[in-house]
Amino acid sequence: MDTDLLQPRQEGLYCPAGDFFIDPMWPVARAVLTHAHGDHARAGSALYHVSEAGRPLFRERLGADANLVEHAYGEPFQVGDTTVSLHPAGHVLGSAQIRIEIPGKVAVVSGDYKRDLDPTCARFTPVPCDIFVTESTFGLPIYRWPPMDRVITDLLVWWDECAARQVPAVLFCYALGKAQRLLAELALRTDRTVHLHGAMLRLVEVYRQAGIAMVPTVSVGESPRGRDFAGELILAPPSAAGSPWMKRFAQASMGFASGWMQVRGARRRRGYDRGFVVSDHADWNGLVRSAQDSGASRIYVTHGDGEALIRYLREAGHDARPLSSLGDAAPRPRMSEEGD
Amino acid sequence: MRRFAQLFVQLDRTTSTLAKRDAMAAYLLDASAADAAWSVYILGGGKLKRTATSTEMRTALAEETGFAAWLIDDCYAQVGDLAETIALMLPDRDDADENAPLRDWMETHLPSLRALASPERVARLRQWWDHLAKDELFLVNKLLTGSLRVGVSQRLVIQAVAEAYALPADLVAHRLGGEWAPSVQGFEALTAPEGVDEDSERPYPFFLASPLERDVSELGEPGAWQAEWKWDGIRAQLIRGHGGCFLWSRGNELLEGRFPEIEQAAMALPDGCALDGEVMAWMADSATPLPFTALQKRINKRTPSARLVSEVPVRFVAYDLLKENGEDLRQQPLYQRRARLEVMLEGADATLGLSEILPATDWADLEAIRTESRARQTEGLMLKRLDAPYRVGRKRGDWWKWKIDPYTVDCVLLYAQPGHGRRSGLFTDYTFGAWDDGRLVPVAKAYSGLDEAEIATLDRWIRANTVERFGPVRSVTPTHVFELAFEAIQLSGRHKSGVALRFPRILRWRTDLSIDDAEHLTDLRQLATG
Repeated sequence: MDTDLLQPRQEGLYCPAGDFFIDPMWPVARAVLTHAHGDHARAGSALYHVSEAGRPLFRERLGADANLVEHAYGEPFQVGDTTVSLHPAGHVLGSAQIRIEIPGKVAVVSGDYKRDLDPTCARFTPVPCDIFVTESTFGLPIYRWPPMDRVITDLLVWWDECAARQVPAVLFCYALGKAQRLLAELALRTDRTVHLHGAMLRLVEVYRQAGIAMVPTVSVGESPRGRDFAGELILAPPSAAGSPWMKRFAQASMGFASGWMQVRGARRRRGYDRGFVVSDHADWNGLVRSAQDSGASRIYVTHGDGEALIRYLREAGHDARPLSSLGDAAPRPRMSEEGD
Repeated sequence: MRRFAQLFVQLDRTTSTLAKRDAMAAYLLDASAADAAWSVYILGGGKLKRTATSTEMRTALAEETGFAAWLIDDCYAQVGDLAETIALMLPDRDDADENAPLRDWMETHLPSLRALASPERVARLRQWWDHLAKDELFLVNKLLTGSLRVGVSQRLVIQAVAEAYALPADLVAHRLGGEWAPSVQGFEALTAPEGVDEDSERPYPFFLASPLERDVSELGEPGAWQAEWKWDGIRAQLIRGHGGCFLWSRGNELLEGRFPEIEQAAMALPDGCALDGEVMAWMADSATPLPFTALQKRINKRTPSARLVSEVPVRFVAYDLLKENGEDLRQQPLYQRRARLEVMLEGADATLGLSEILPATDWADLEAIRTESRARQTEGLMLKRLDAPYRVGRKRGDWWKWKIDPYTVDCVLLYAQPGHGRRSGLFTDYTFGAWDDGRLVPVAKAYSGLDEAEIATLDRWIRANTVERFGPVRSVTPTHVFELAFEAIQLSGRHKSGVALRFPRILRWRTDLSIDDAEHLTDLRQLATG
């Protein structure tokens, strides 16, 4: 029975054999975490198994007192009657797929993942298993990511155009993962300084201390009053759009870095001048390939919008089902802010 | 096509109208006259007659990608635009080598589909796709399926032409009026220096009124204003010139032959005049016009039968004189134009009527008259400043439409489907129902009226509370009540509910109401029968 290994519950995905929860919504006795985004790492549980690589981010999220047990990627450890190990998911620094083994059966919970190279985290490795639980944030074939190199070229051209027009270039992106990835990708091409919104400073610092090479950054907040940001690139979280904080960037050209920017209407609706297609999630090809690579005899798909991926995999001969079919727990609320 | 695609990308990548205008002006000076002409046509909202069906395009996409039809439909529902869905689903062509000029696409390639049988058309589409880079592929698909919609108004195109060729925008607008043809000659005529023979058969750009959103007393002295009914017909300019008569709609469409009684009556007008007014359906002996639904029977008939003409006769209700003896009167004050109009129409056939001036010495009089609007089949009042010139486009200040308050009704959300363009991927097109004998029956569709936050909330709720799917349409558990506004209601045999609402839109989300509080169809039918 798959339900020996995994059951969706109100608190999150539960493993009965190991008596632990994966990314629990509420405090529980034992948690295993996939990564440090706010909708996956929540404070209050008694014990957390996390990846060693993600330690500083989990500390940042869960607090100094949280009881963290760290594990190197690939290192097996016992939890209840299961043998668990964490494997790179390529989503953000320290993100992990969770491999759970009981005699005769292996399940892998992918968490959020991507297949593309990312200088800020270890690359996704396919982990053979019987049961594969995959995300499906971008589960339609309209979502195919362009090469990062091309996106960074577009970004630099935009920056130069803004400099030529003497206006600021404000790029909105999520503060954990996306911002650092962009700064690290830029560092491969330039050494120009980028300005940061206050909400990004801590997390960029955490990445720096973890040894991730990024372009130089300065805080917008520490600039003298009335500073002219014409020609500068500024990174800010999407929540800053339309806030009084934006007033200092008169005439700014505004961009958004997200997988959702693949669709023109999604960008126009939000009123951004520019959309840069950069995602920390797998695109359609990545999702399909990962399901195939897992060799799993059964594939469970999370999130409400995974219907197309499930049907596609079934038509291709896989046994794919919605994760909710494992139980009747209420679906997790959709997290729109960090979910890209 | 590549250069035009670059322009499109430039326009798409900025929300600044000034930047858009400059990008267009630069393109116009750079492109060949033929390409420039087509770009003016396309960016101004013009489109080709459809040459491939969306089914053919989907078939070509399925053949090209190997994806099942249902998956293509799912993708389309998310993107909200078939042309873009195709561009996103096809593999990128780094080796794209197709670079025919825009003119070739518009005059040769795209029209060539018409002569083909459906399977050949599908094959031709696939052949094109194989040679087009992503942006151009998207554009070609857009041109196949309809207009571009890149946040550019015709007004902005006019400004770009004016900017590029140092011409007054009004002049460019006038030259573009009517059925301007995108050709080398058309572009040369559009951009010729001022003063060269202006075409006397074309309409001037229409002056459009703005809704009056403040108290009418804030307009100052009522004596400074001319009040008329706000007619619910087809806005049009009636022009006499070159020995003929030309009736133009606001969409710059020549309504030739559609309203023969007006054209016939207009021949009595002096040559070289242009009247602004409204085409109305109106029985000869009646004090009030027929409802808009009657006029609708005439609108789509290119050549009406004698029977239809006698059943639904039309007349031109004139309210302004823009040109007389070839002289442009638009800079003259309204009271002078009106006086000349009255002289011109003295003794004219009833088919050429004058829009009545409503007598009022104070605002209270007008408010009283306004309450009769519905009974007189009008939408309310128009207030025009007596000393104002006839302006271009929607300029606030001199012309106000003072519409009557709409009807309102509380209805229940029953179905939703994803929107298009800016609202793609979000459930924004709603169907609402009212009670009929214990069941909720659809009565209206509405697309507008909610703010972004409400749309997002409702979108999530719809996804979580879907009962059934019919293609892109989802039925939901009847839960939410919305207050809808509409302008008029008619009994209708074509609607399941038996009533047709005019201009329904959402006023507010009534979270304070439950579905039991929603309207009953019997009450709506009563309203329709008056």
